[in-house]
Amino acid sequence: EDKGEDESKEEDNGSQQNRASRRKNYQRKNRDGKKAREEGSQKKDRGKTAPTKDQKESENKEKKTTKRGKEGENKQKKDRKNSTSSASSNSSDEESLSEEELAMLKEQVEQKKKLISTMRNKPWRMVKKLSVLREAQDFVEKFEGALGKGKGKKLYAYKMMMAKKWVKFKRDFENFKTQCIPWEMKIKEVESHFGSSVASYFIFLRWMYGVNLVLFGLIFGLVIIPEVLMGMPYGSMPRKTVPRAEQATAMDFSVLWDFEGYIKYSALFYGYYNNQRTIGWLKYRLPMAYFMVGISVFGYSLMVVIRSMARNANESTADGDDDNFIFSWKMFTSWDYLIGNPETADNKFASITTSFKESIVDEQESNKDENIHLRRFLRVLANVLIICCLCGSGYLIYFVVKRSQTFSKMQNVGWYERNEVEIVMSLLGMFCPPLFETIAALENYHPRIGLKWQLGRIFALFLGNLYTFLLALMDDVNEKLAEEDVVKNITHWTLLGHHNSSAGNDSTVTPPPLDPADVPRGPCWETTVGIEFVRLTVSDILVTYITILVGDFIRACFVRFVNYCWCWDLEAGFPSYAEFDISGNVLGLIFNQGMIWMGSFYAPGLVGINVLRLLTSMYFQCWAVMSSNVPHERVFKASKSNNFYMGLLLLILFLSLLPVAYTIMSLPPSFDCGPFSGKKRMYDVIQETIELDFPLFVAKIFSYVANPGLIIPAILLMVLAIYYLNAVSEAYQRANAELKKKMQMQREEEKNKRNNKASTNPMLQDLEDLLTPSTKTESPPKQTEDKKIESPNGTSPVRKPGRGEVLDGSPMAGGRGAAFIPPSPVFVTQPRTLGVRAPYPGQPRPWGHPLGPVPGRGRGQPCY
Amino acid sequence: MGNKQTIFTQEQLDAYQDCTFFTRKEILRLFYRYRDLAPQLVPLDYTNKPAVTLPYELIGSMPELKDNPFRQRIAEVFSEHGDGNMTLDDFLDMFSVLSEMAPRDLKAYYAFKIYDFNNDDYICKSDLEKTVNKLTRNELTPEEVSLVCEKVIYEADVDNDGKLSLEDFQHMIVRAPDFLSTFHIRI
Repeated sequence: EDKGEDESKEEDNGSQQNRASRRKNYQRKNRDGKKAREEGSQKKDRGKTAPTKDQKESENKEKKTTKRGKEGENKQKKDRKNSTSSASSNSSDEESLSEEELAMLKEQVEQKKKLISTMRNKPWRMVKKLSVLREAQDFVEKFEGALGKGKGKKLYAYKMMMAKKWVKFKRDFENFKTQCIPWEMKIKEVESHFGSSVASYFIFLRWMYGVNLVLFGLIFGLVIIPEVLMGMPYGSMPRKTVPRAEQATAMDFSVLWDFEGYIKYSALFYGYYNNQRTIGWLKYRLPMAYFMVGISVFGYSLMVVIRSMARNANESTADGDDDNFIFSWKMFTSWDYLIGNPETADNKFASITTSFKESIVDEQESNKDENIHLRRFLRVLANVLIICCLCGSGYLIYFVVKRSQTFSKMQNVGWYERNEVEIVMSLLGMFCPPLFETIAALENYHPRIGLKWQLGRIFALFLGNLYTFLLALMDDVNEKLAEEDVVKNITHWTLLGHHNSSAGNDSTVTPPPLDPADVPRGPCWETTVGIEFVRLTVSDILVTYITILVGDFIRACFVRFVNYCWCWDLEAGFPSYAEFDISGNVLGLIFNQGMIWMGSFYAPGLVGINVLRLLTSMYFQCWAVMSSNVPHERVFKASKSNNFYMGLLLLILFLSLLPVAYTIMSLPPSFDCGPFSGKKRMYDVIQETIELDFPLFVAKIFSYVANPGLIIPAILLMVLAIYYLNAVSEAYQRANAELKKKMQMQREEEKNKRNNKASTNPMLQDLEDLLTPSTKTESPPKQTEDKKIESPNGTSPVRKPGRGEVLDGSPMAGGRGAAFIPPSPVFVTQPRTLGVRAPYPGQPRPWGHPLGPVPGRGRGQPCY
Repeated sequence: MGNKQTIFTQEQLDAYQDCTFFTRKEILRLFYRYRDLAPQLVPLDYTNKPAVTLPYELIGSMPELKDNPFRQRIAEVFSEHGDGNMTLDDFLDMFSVLSEMAPRDLKAYYAFKIYDFNNDDYICKSDLEKTVNKLTRNELTPEEVSLVCEKVIYEADVDNDGKLSLEDFQHMIVRAPDFLSTFHIRI
């Protein structure tokens, strides 16, 4: 029989024994309660428990398993018999069933149920699992009903039935849930061709899609749809109408493509929303909803990201960075069982071979740094170059954005001028990462560290670009705000003038309202910001897709077909096929998400665009990967960097929260567009709602809570809590490290112990042989013995004399003396110390005399 | 869920769901995968448990397994008689253990059996050599192979008997960061 089964059986048996002993207890009680009918079974029981104990001691595994197996069956049968008898007596007189018996039966049933639920974790053959399962189920079925009595019985049966139904429902629901996870097969296919690292990108993409779907549902369900259904229709008021000057071209594709014209004055953007407090017959408070949704988008995203990070961290608790098992892990976990493609398999074989060779070389010469100064210089140089690149790109973007502001004031500018910012940003995103990679070659880092650096640099580039863009945008917004004041007056005067003129003509008739298209408008900076973000997103999508199409697909086609008539081998040589760029794609996805988070407050439709983007890129990229990419030459592991990506996502989320929060808290909303128009600040909508819609005391409570005197202590408290928790977690970590070290030491010790036992035993044998005949010369063995004990000096000063006594006290009883020795060789830990550390000179050696000359010593010594 | 599948009875499906990490749909899909290997051998009615066994040659040719250097060992470990020929039960067992949901301990137990080529309940040096050679397609020199094996034994052998027992193996493998993600086959 194999060992695992044995083990699990043992485990099972353990519980059964437990139960048996408990039963014994209970039976003892019963005896007091003069229950004669249990007598027989009790005897049987006793007889049964005894052999189990005996068996536990016996070492014969084979026998044990078979016996135990039988016994287990026996016991089960017995159990059943036992309980059938009780059940039958139960039916005759229910009251006679004692509490303990019931409890016991209940416990058995519970145990069986537990067995059923953990059946799948047992390393048994299916046949066995099935039969055990059936047995357990039968048992449960049979005795479930017996539990409880009278009314309670019915109730219990009902409860059981409901529990069963509940289990079934849960199972069906699980089935349903797994069916709802999309693209399982697609990802599996990619996974089998490219290994788990590429698939991790697609799993990340799918996760992102899920998050965005929820955001989409929030925004569409609570903001856009209510506005479209219940708000004022298009054309009813100035903010919902295209101005007269733009009307002629408002439907042109070139205009729509820039998100001007009709799109600008649609529900996709902030400016369209009305500041009416309630809309429709539902009295839906739209401005309030708009504000709350804007906040909850961030709240939900934060929650989801942090939760999944925590889950990831939980899952990977076991992986320490301890390098005790380099070779073992390489040996047993490097093959990716997911690989189902010969090409990938070839690559994997090659990469495993190289990694083995690398580790062997590392092992053989751990320190081989030949010219540390040159390397340091090169690394500094590389960093300087990269910082220059980053600054340059930042300045370029700032310059371009400034220029675009002057362009926006001019009339009839060309397509390039209008899209310059997006083009420059996309080009930078396309060319800088390869440039960084080239520069990073100077540094000569280990590839894993190199990848982290590379990711960090690209991240810095993107972030710098994004923030430069934001700063420039801020300038723009400030200009618009200044402009707005002027327009506000104009609008006011126009309306007044219109009113006056109509009133002057005919005072009795109410003046015909000014056509909403003719009313002068403010610039509405919110919509401008929203449009910028939407444009950026769309151009990002296009650039990504075109890069894939050109860089991957066209290249693959070229390499594949032109290869027939070319002077060198294109497939193996220069262009070759593209690899899937995991880190770049993941970063792109993360930044795109950052843009969505920033822009979604001012352009509610942006999330919809993003959902479409993710959906299409799932199919498009899957297709591109499968059709035109080759597996990585060196496949790097994705499992560990997962939380790294999540961390980046969290950082981006936080960074994108900042500008939005700033604009909400400190910029006045436009006077003539958006749900917050006419208010001083956007958050005033909350105060308004509280004042008008809630009873007075809520407003009071709110005003107390919003008091800085309360908020500052609260923040202080939080900071303190963070500090405390941090300290606690640090302490835990330290304890953990300590434990790890201890375990390591123990392991080492044990190893050495065994090592020495194995090697000293023959030696002791010799010693023993020589001891018994006579005691002769002493010097050489004494010396070695001495060394043996003192070499690790300090580890055990206590036991040293003990051993001396033993040897000294009974020099003739070599056999017994030897019996004491095995534990002590622990002290012989460091073989090297032998030569280095001499025994203490002039120390008395009480045990030296009886030892004879041992020729075996010579043999034994090299072992140390 | 009253579908018209007649391959298994409802009880059978429930029992399989209790004994494996699969949902009902996955069990049916696995059945079809199994059947597709040899449609002439496998009946479409499993309600009376026909004793059908597929030879290793068919099992090993599945796309999920055919590039795996350990495919023969996997099939042998999970087959009832250790010869690589599998019944449907064995087949389900195999993919259940290799599924994503299976716990670490179960996976470690079977991984141990897979790497224990000579079935002596220990991974000894010859097993390790075989593993290395399969992983690298014999591209390491014998000296390198033996160095690697020695290092592995040095690292993972707690009780110092020169070979890895199941406990040694589990002790080592539960700390491996990639074990769960690599020792799994998505089907």
